[in-house]
Amino acid sequence: MSDFFNSGWSIFVAATTIIGLVACLILLIVASRRRVMADDNTTGHVWDEDLREMNNPLPRWWMYLFVITVVFAAIYLALYPGLGKFPGVLDWSSAGQYKTEQQRAQENMAQIFAKFKGKSAEELAKDSVAMGIGERLFGNNCAQCHGSDARGSKGFPNLTDGDWLYGGSLETLTETITKGRMGVMPPMAAAVGTAEDVKNVANYVLSLSGGAHNAAAAQLGKPKFVVCAACHGPEGKGNQALGAPNLTDKIWLHGWGEAAIVSMINTGKTNVMPAFSERLNAEQIHVLAAYVWSLSQTSSMAAK
Amino acid sequence: MNQAAAQTKPVSPTGGPGAAADETSDDAATSVVSMYVKQQKIYARAVSGWFAGWRWAMVWATQLVFYGLPWLQWNDRQAVLFDLGARRFYIFGMVLYPQDFIYLTALLVISAYALFLFTAVAGRLWCGFACPQTVYTEIFMWVERKIQGDRMARMKRDAGPWNLDRSWRAAAKQAVWIAIALWTGFTFVGYFTPIKVLAQLVSQLALGPWETFWVLFYSFATYGNAGFMREQVCKYMCPYARFQSAMFDKDTLIVSYDVERGEPRGSRSRKVDHKALGKGDCIDCGLCVQVCPTGIDIRKGLQYECIGCTACIDVCDGVMDKMKYPRGLVRFDTQNGMAQHLTRGQRLKRIFRPRVLIYTSILLVLVGALATSIALRSPFRVDVVRDRASLARIVDDGQIENVYRLQIMNATEMPQRYQVAIKGLPGIVLDGADTIEVMPAHARWISVAARVPPQTGTAARPGAHPIEFEIQRLSREPDEPVVRTVEKSTFVVPR
Repeated sequence: MSDFFNSGWSIFVAATTIIGLVACLILLIVASRRRVMADDNTTGHVWDEDLREMNNPLPRWWMYLFVITVVFAAIYLALYPGLGKFPGVLDWSSAGQYKTEQQRAQENMAQIFAKFKGKSAEELAKDSVAMGIGERLFGNNCAQCHGSDARGSKGFPNLTDGDWLYGGSLETLTETITKGRMGVMPPMAAAVGTAEDVKNVANYVLSLSGGAHNAAAAQLGKPKFVVCAACHGPEGKGNQALGAPNLTDKIWLHGWGEAAIVSMINTGKTNVMPAFSERLNAEQIHVLAAYVWSLSQTSSMAAK
Repeated sequence: MNQAAAQTKPVSPTGGPGAAADETSDDAATSVVSMYVKQQKIYARAVSGWFAGWRWAMVWATQLVFYGLPWLQWNDRQAVLFDLGARRFYIFGMVLYPQDFIYLTALLVISAYALFLFTAVAGRLWCGFACPQTVYTEIFMWVERKIQGDRMARMKRDAGPWNLDRSWRAAAKQAVWIAIALWTGFTFVGYFTPIKVLAQLVSQLALGPWETFWVLFYSFATYGNAGFMREQVCKYMCPYARFQSAMFDKDTLIVSYDVERGEPRGSRSRKVDHKALGKGDCIDCGLCVQVCPTGIDIRKGLQYECIGCTACIDVCDGVMDKMKYPRGLVRFDTQNGMAQHLTRGQRLKRIFRPRVLIYTSILLVLVGALATSIALRSPFRVDVVRDRASLARIVDDGQIENVYRLQIMNATEMPQRYQVAIKGLPGIVLDGADTIEVMPAHARWISVAARVPPQTGTAARPGAHPIEFEIQRLSREPDEPVVRTVEKSTFVVPR
């Protein structure tokens, strides 16, 4: 009732409600008796020359229904908020009910999640209940970016291929989900050299994974790769501590081919995975991480 | 409309609150009446006869189905069970999903048209013979008669003091009524919670809050409506009662009093020739009023209160037999039949009038459509839902992938295996959809990816392209036919 800027409104609302209820009862009593105007069981009114209205009284029990509604209103207003600022005897509020229900839900959930506490990824992956919960958590929180089959799309990593930017252990996955990740590829064009050098490095990068490339250009680009090696490693195998991707596999998170690599070297990229510690609690993240872990173990992609 | 006329046309000033004031009285002397009348208790007299037999047959037929059905077993489960929690509705061999809600709609539309048809032909047949309100009132009135006696005995006892005889009879009646009502409520909930489980819960006093509420609520409604409200429900609460008059015409069979034959009414000795005295066939015994469950006098013509229960026909036929007069002073007849003295054959011929034929043909079409739809119903259902956020992605070597979630709903009570295929674009293949097993009466979500080669992507314009998922249920037995269903969706080629 903080909407009311002074208590006058509260009094106005309460008074109007009570007067309305009383008026209903008075109307009921006043209208309950009537002087008979004709002696033939009609109301005495005549319309259109011969149309008369019979006195067809309402059954008394029906009238009691009206009384019951008034009584109901009185009891309701005493128990629940409604009369201006008066909070009601029960002190009920929708926010309070929400809190109670949330608390109850949390308690119920805690019982279910207690079974999963401290279990390893392998153990949880065998538990169909845990995996069912994980699948639903994934569908509600992760599928928006990573796809409901967890295979991602451009800019959103595939979680089933076993190719992890930061590592695929349960602990790392838990950390990734809890804190989120920010992957930064700085613009490297200046460090690499001319546009031609960039193109050559790109071809060298393509050659690492055995993709279609210009062998001569790749040969020329190889010495320039040292600036990339700081993160991606001398052999281009990446570094999970930094989230630097492995360049020797055929997995291209931000697009494949020379043009995509050239653009990446020139402009760089900042890619963010948001933190979920606000939305999910630690127990949920534990189960979710185990589910994601299980995806990378059983996927047909991993088998390839 | 006759019903409407009955309400507006003043009846003879023999009763009613206004009757007391005589014509000479001035305004000051006119009486004041209550606008809310206390309901006069109706003491309906017991009746037997041809129509009463039919009414009891309908009581047995409807109640055997209602009370018996939940106990019937089928495939190791309750034959008819509406499992609201699991959202599965079992009707004998059928497993219905919430998606099959259209069948309920169809059933209700069919019921409505059947009501229209019966009403157009023979008035309020439903009200008089099959409506739960009538049926339970009939049962409750039977109990009342067995314990407290027939009309006269009840009236006499109610007028007398609260002595031992009156008290124990009233208590016994209430006890039996409450028992019947509780059993009815229990049976009703037994359609939603397996009735054997429910019986166990009741015996252990472990009923859940919702079950408790519905058992008690339904019991209370039965007890109140059949024990106390009775004709009040028909007169003031029932919407059918009012709109059925729109289906009436002058060729509708209604419970009618033959005014021409009966009037002038009056008592007479059985031996005299009443025609010579100038009297009609009605001996004015008032039995037709005494048996009426809604407390009307059928001799005043068609009234909206008349539920077509035909008790007055039975009782009047009995009187006519005693008087050795022909039966049918009160009978099922049409208004035209009365006025034009139509023979039985002529009246029957008039049943085939446009109104009835139209109702019948619509009803037949609806029943046919429902039957066909159920017969052709696929034993499984599939929903294809495109992934919401990422429309398309490019994977190895420039292939384009779209992700879909498929929900396969098994509407049989056996585990089934399904295979999904896709078509609609050159070279389109599915990944992640091997044989899918779905448990009996379960629904399962799976994720699948559809993939096209790069050349298809280049050839097709960017945007959505129609594709089709073909899902087939694999046969469990060699001779079982394979069932297919096709679901449409789209495949997005990115720019």
